[in-house]
Amino acid sequence: MRLEPIAHPGLARRLGPPAAAIVATVLVAALLAALAGANPFAVLGQIVTGAVGSRFAALETLNRATPLIFTGLAVAVAFRARLWNIGAEAQLYAGAIIAVLLGTGALGSPFVLPVSALVAMLAGACILLVPVLLKVRLGVDEVVTTLLFNFIMVLIVSYLLEGPMKDPMGMGWPKSAALIKEARLPRIVEGVRLHWGFGLALISAVLVWLIQTRTTLGFEMRAVGQNIRAARFAGMPVNAVLVKTALLSGGLAALAGWSEVAGLKGHLSSDLSPGFGYTGIIVAMLALLHPLGVVVSALFVAGIFVGSDAMSRAAGVPTYIADMLLAVALLFMVLAILLTRFRVVRG
Amino acid sequence: MTPTEGPAGEVVLRLDGITKRFGGLVANDAISLTLRAGEVVALLGENGAGKTTLMNILFGHYLADQGSVTVFGKPLPPGQPRAALQAGVGMVHQHFTLADNLTVLENIRLGTEPLLSFRGAGAARARVLALAQDFGLAVHPDARLGSLSVGERQRIEILKALYRNARILILDEPTAVLTPQESDALFATLKKATARGLSIIFISHKLQEVMAVADRCIVLRQGRVVGEVETRGTSRAGLAAMMVGETLAEAKVAPGPGGPVRLRLAEVSAPGLHRVSLELRGGTITGLAGVSGNGQAALADLIGGALAPLSGRIEVDGNRPSGAWTPQAAIGAGVGRIPEDRHKTGTVADFTLAENTALETYRSRFARRGVMDWRAVRAHARAVIDGYDVRCEGPDQRIRLLSGGNMQKLILGRVMEEAPGILIANQPVRGLDVGAIAYVHARLVAARDAGAAVLLISEDLDEITGLSDVIHVISAGRLSRGFARGELTQAGIGLLMAGQGFEHAA
Repeated sequence: MRLEPIAHPGLARRLGPPAAAIVATVLVAALLAALAGANPFAVLGQIVTGAVGSRFAALETLNRATPLIFTGLAVAVAFRARLWNIGAEAQLYAGAIIAVLLGTGALGSPFVLPVSALVAMLAGACILLVPVLLKVRLGVDEVVTTLLFNFIMVLIVSYLLEGPMKDPMGMGWPKSAALIKEARLPRIVEGVRLHWGFGLALISAVLVWLIQTRTTLGFEMRAVGQNIRAARFAGMPVNAVLVKTALLSGGLAALAGWSEVAGLKGHLSSDLSPGFGYTGIIVAMLALLHPLGVVVSALFVAGIFVGSDAMSRAAGVPTYIADMLLAVALLFMVLAILLTRFRVVRG
Repeated sequence: MTPTEGPAGEVVLRLDGITKRFGGLVANDAISLTLRAGEVVALLGENGAGKTTLMNILFGHYLADQGSVTVFGKPLPPGQPRAALQAGVGMVHQHFTLADNLTVLENIRLGTEPLLSFRGAGAARARVLALAQDFGLAVHPDARLGSLSVGERQRIEILKALYRNARILILDEPTAVLTPQESDALFATLKKATARGLSIIFISHKLQEVMAVADRCIVLRQGRVVGEVETRGTSRAGLAAMMVGETLAEAKVAPGPGGPVRLRLAEVSAPGLHRVSLELRGGTITGLAGVSGNGQAALADLIGGALAPLSGRIEVDGNRPSGAWTPQAAIGAGVGRIPEDRHKTGTVADFTLAENTALETYRSRFARRGVMDWRAVRAHARAVIDGYDVRCEGPDQRIRLLSGGNMQKLILGRVMEEAPGILIANQPVRGLDVGAIAYVHARLVAARDAGAAVLLISEDLDEITGLSDVIHVISAGRLSRGFARGELTQAGIGLLMAGQGFEHAA
């Protein structure tokens, strides 16, 4: 068996496999629920109502999607240039640390929000810059180095929370002091539990899309990602492009942590991110690295997580089903996307 | 292990009248070849001469249109890759097929025996060690492959073939990746192998190696056997003459108008190039002849800015470049580059035609303050498509789906639209059909007539002599002086290609 490219995929070819992937994912989810001893239809229904069934649930899903949009964008930008940034988690925590450093009284209003956002982006960019410079200068594989930075940052965060950043009023809990009011992201609509981090994420997605499609840098990033030899031959500054990609990617991932602290939590604790950096990879892959697609897939992934939480409380099926669902959805979707462009030929 | 074949000299492999066509292109034209026990036969020929196609037919990867393959007296069923292996033919590819994370022993057993069974591991080890001893292939069976040098890996490949009872070994450009010392060790191994009755086909285009290793040499040219000779009775120059052919092709085009020197290299050395001096004049096609792999790619990269000189001087229109010599600097100085490999370096496969036409000039022509003007890119692409007869659906089609000829026309248009003063065309017609070849050649001549200094690099001597006003020959990174049209004889060019008659010897 081999794959043969299809020159002009028709509408059925372009929509069929992804639709089949969604159906297959639902079937597997039903099977998993049945294995857990619950009524599959009830479980699926509860996931959906849990995610979007009420105003509260929908807002919760939007809030959960916010950091995923940022990390998804970070991964999508980097992967598009074939820069394998697996370290969004580390960059996220860098942003979170800055939010606390500048937001607990070091800066006064009205500059604290924009300044701390910019510094947070810079910090995330610096975290990614180290592996990228190692890659560009010495050929060190960035998959390994960016991944290892995640563990380093988690340890730094727990050191900070046990030491210099520990909230003296925290009753001994390893968490930071709370942000001052001026350093908090306001809510989009008063009285509604949705902060401006979500708005910022949407704006970022549009900006990234504009960069990729309209600017010389975007053209260079795509060329470097698809054929680095041709890019180099054509005279593109390949190393500079990789560095700029890293700055953008690291900055976006940092905003995830920054907006979680400044928008949602109001302080830093070591459980700030339940793996948003890693889930960002799934989000980006599901979106085929398209920046606007990232928004959709982040909403989908967030919905599954939030919905599964609610379902778990009601049906007693473990929330691990959410992780399995995402994994299955990703596998089916990647396969489906392949099948929209290639047909399987015998022999 | 005892040799199973008969007395030395018996025919062990016979290819009979192999013909293979790809569309209109005849890759193999009635090729016949015999290999005797204990013999090394060199298959000599340029890229595209048909060597690879022939070996793919022998190994059942391609079906021949005509002809038959006989191994040890038995006809080989066509189109079955396993048949050749089982009949005792082993191939050592230029790019090794070994797993880095397995040990030497595991690599050798991989594919023939289950690796996890403990039974047989001891016997396999003993056999590998015995074979290694026999053929003088020093290896440690438990070493991880990833820790071995290229030369050692090649030994493992040979050992793997021997382990599978290969009695005929085919080596595809085995020295391309080796150091001179490793090459010598390889040749010693091959001598031991033939002394034990193995037969070897040695694919190469390095003349001195062929002279050193082979008993007999078969020269392929444009899919045909153009000569067969005992190496004892010939010389490097003789082999080169066979590759060159009986007579030099006549010039196909009128002489160029000539003009001032546009590019001058003075004693430039770079990796792969040794004190090269060259002048490219406007209104002139300068042809670069030579056996492939002698520094042509390095010279093209050097002039195109992809390779920085280590010493010597580059001048464009009498001026030395002010900054570092990079692709951007070269493009900025008016150097147009048609790359050797249009798929890997010339284009981005998943980009549209329009994006591909903008690859080199997107900043200078199609962007303002970092924002791309896609409307202008598309309009430019349409002009290239119309002006250079690119058959396609339009500027938004992905270039991946274009034929080689149309892809090359697009690259040609991309370069020519910049009106380059200097044009480097590296193998501009390789793999193209007759119509596209004529088109590309006509465009190169038109560029020359418009005053450009054209450097034509090709392994096809007929192409060089047919178009060039001046011819240089490159050998082992050294460049001959320029010969005017008609000044160079067939014998003279053969000698130069064989590396003889250069002013400063290495």
